[in-house]
Amino acid sequence: MLTALLLVIRRDLLLSFRRRTDVLGTLVFFIIVCTLFPLGVGPEPEMLRTLAPGVLWVAALLASTLALHRLFGADQADGTLEQMLLSPVPLALIVVGKVVAHWLVSGLPLVLLTPLLALQFGLDGSATTALALSLLIGTPVLSLVGAIGAALTLEVRGGGVLIALLVLPLYAPVLIFGAGAASSAVATGEVAAAPGVFGAQADANFLLLAGLLAAAAALAPWATASALRISLE
Amino acid sequence: MVAQTMHLQVHRLACARGERQLFSDLSFELRGGEALWLKGRNGSGKTSLLRLLCGLGRPLLGEVRWNGVPIQRLREDYHRQLVYSGHAGAVKDDLSAWENVAMGSALAGIACSRAQAHGALASVGLDAVADRPARALSQGQRRRVGLARLALEPLPPLLLLDEPFVALDQPSVQALCGALDRHLERGGMLVYTTHQAQPLRAGRHGQFDLDQWTSC
Repeated sequence: MLTALLLVIRRDLLLSFRRRTDVLGTLVFFIIVCTLFPLGVGPEPEMLRTLAPGVLWVAALLASTLALHRLFGADQADGTLEQMLLSPVPLALIVVGKVVAHWLVSGLPLVLLTPLLALQFGLDGSATTALALSLLIGTPVLSLVGAIGAALTLEVRGGGVLIALLVLPLYAPVLIFGAGAASSAVATGEVAAAPGVFGAQADANFLLLAGLLAAAAALAPWATASALRISLE
Repeated sequence: MVAQTMHLQVHRLACARGERQLFSDLSFELRGGEALWLKGRNGSGKTSLLRLLCGLGRPLLGEVRWNGVPIQRLREDYHRQLVYSGHAGAVKDDLSAWENVAMGSALAGIACSRAQAHGALASVGLDAVADRPARALSQGQRRRVGLARLALEPLPPLLLLDEPFVALDQPSVQALCGALDRHLERGGMLVYTTHQAQPLRAGRHGQFDLDQWTSC
């Protein structure tokens, strides 16, 4: 079981590595959006600090939506997906492997870039940590939930728009709690000595976000596997 | 190696694509050592039938049974018993030929080392290009990369091949026929589609003309 999971992850990482430009496209998009905001909004530090969590979260969400079609698209085009459906390895496990690999190339780099981008918004250390942590917990949810949408729209023409329509409502809670956690941490950073790690309100948001991750990790692979079976029927 | 008791049974199968019914009330049985050649015009439902047989498609009516059990219930256990090769060869452009063979086989639950993958490629005459990316191969060579999996041991008992001879040159066709003969001799089963008759040494070489089953 575990070897099969590692195999799928290794295979997808290798394929992404051979197609680096696609991966870089997502990252560049994220960086550009986050960089243009301070230029467009103006240099007031107070406003930038308030805006930062929302801007980074929206940019991460859009970047992850853009990357979704890569999750199954290529495998479907060359027939590999059929072989995955016919594999003795449970399909849900293969889906987990693919989502993990997808997150490693399209989600994790966003988290790693966050400290750099947070500098542009003048966030301090604790706020940056909170923002990066919220993205670290939140982006896997985006990948997991997005996989369901990607699987459902596999055989649909103009699937790109449909993925966005399907998935964005499901992304809304992640955005609200994720950006909420980060912005409450930014706010408490200014009012020192609040209870909890990042302040009570931020902690509550973090817990809800982690709850979403747990639910998505448990349910999304099964839903994606069923959606793939329906799509390829 | 392959038990003689294994059998694939198709019971009153009906299949439709969109509004059009492709075939209905189709029944046959296949046992170890037997081959079945599906023929028919383009669009007569050969590929659809193969997809039903491997469980990728869902029939309108009827069912496919492996050793008497409906395949929907067996799922992964049934997948372990079969190799399906579809129109798309499941060959990744970005991987080299041997990586394609190794990863395809590992995905099918059969671990395959680099040496084994090279050996399989050698058996289809591709050892010289094993390290080249599949992107750089010709159509026929890509096809052979996909078929190299048939040279890996252990080969599951049931082979479902959709147009395996397309784009192959004459020596490759003969090599493939040889491999299929060996598989049948060991008691394996084969269902395949093609437009050209191929001499296979099967215990029973059935033919199925889907044109006659098309319900109008």
